Amino acid sequence: MADEREHEHDHDHEHGHDHEHGPRAFQPDLEDTVPHSDYQYLEAAVRELLIEKGLLTADEVRAAIEAMDARGPHLGAKVVARAWADPAYRQRLLADGSAACRELGVDMGPTHLVVVENTPAVHNMLVCTLCSCYPRFLLGIPPLWYKSREYRSRTVREPRAVLAEFGTVLPEGVEVRVHDSTADMRYLVLPMRPPGSEGLDEAALADLVTRDSMIGVSLPQSPKQAAAE
Amino acid sequence: MARFAPGEAVHVQDRHPAGHLRTPAYCRGKRGVVERICGSFGQPESYGFGGDGKPFQPLYRVRFEQARIWPDYDGPATDTVEIEIFEHWLDPAG
Repeated sequence: MADEREHEHDHDHEHGHDHEHGPRAFQPDLEDTVPHSDYQYLEAAVRELLIEKGLLTADEVRAAIEAMDARGPHLGAKVVARAWADPAYRQRLLADGSAACRELGVDMGPTHLVVVENTPAVHNMLVCTLCSCYPRFLLGIPPLWYKSREYRSRTVREPRAVLAEFGTVLPEGVEVRVHDSTADMRYLVLPMRPPGSEGLDEAALADLVTRDSMIGVSLPQSPKQAAAE
Repeated sequence: MARFAPGEAVHVQDRHPAGHLRTPAYCRGKRGVVERICGSFGQPESYGFGGDGKPFQPLYRVRFEQARIWPDYDGPATDTVEIEIFEHWLDPAG
């Protein structure tokens, strides 16, 4: 079964760029300088075998990568905006996250989604201490910091210090609830609807929803902030 | 059939076997409360080595008070962390 569990085969390496660098303008392709790992050889060997044996086509592999890259926070934002606009949908989303996302046409693959709701009393935040589990079907590829050892170790140990470094300071008396995505569930934070957003339609509400607010390290934008962008 | 119900106090077993686990070391030996039952899932100890995960185990979300996890936790006593833990790692806390 293709799932998201700790299968982090991102290709996050930086690609060479070709602008001028003064007297030494030559920029080697990173592919020439970075050795390929055993896992890269293994991946290529298995992929080529699958294609050779007719179990997959090269175009199917390409299309799967394209679909993966097309996922992004706009999908999560659509779900959050609907939950803000429609109380019955919000209930369904909290009861069964994956089913409620599929209602909006989001491909959730095999994801078991748990949506955790921020309230005036509780602020939720996501981490995966053991690897980098992330709600990829809703948010796309995780940011590099989410996969960093520092974020993963400190978020469970000192979440308020991590939040402060992201510029997020919560009012006194708010419980910080960290969700360590250790096994088969994936999580999405449902942020609180920002003040001043009354009367906005779903598309305008979705514009307020940032990736980081759905991870819980930040809050959604106010309508004023969104308008200034 | 899940052995524990939401609201029930549980203890995470304090064992340290080699191999592939999904029970973070920082919660082993700690006491928490079942927040929900997530369903039944294959055992990572088996999946990690090409096994079929059987017998499937109930998976729980367990809520811990941060102060019980980190005795020197720097934050309000109400702060919590929730972790997914398989039934074969849990004992009743009484």
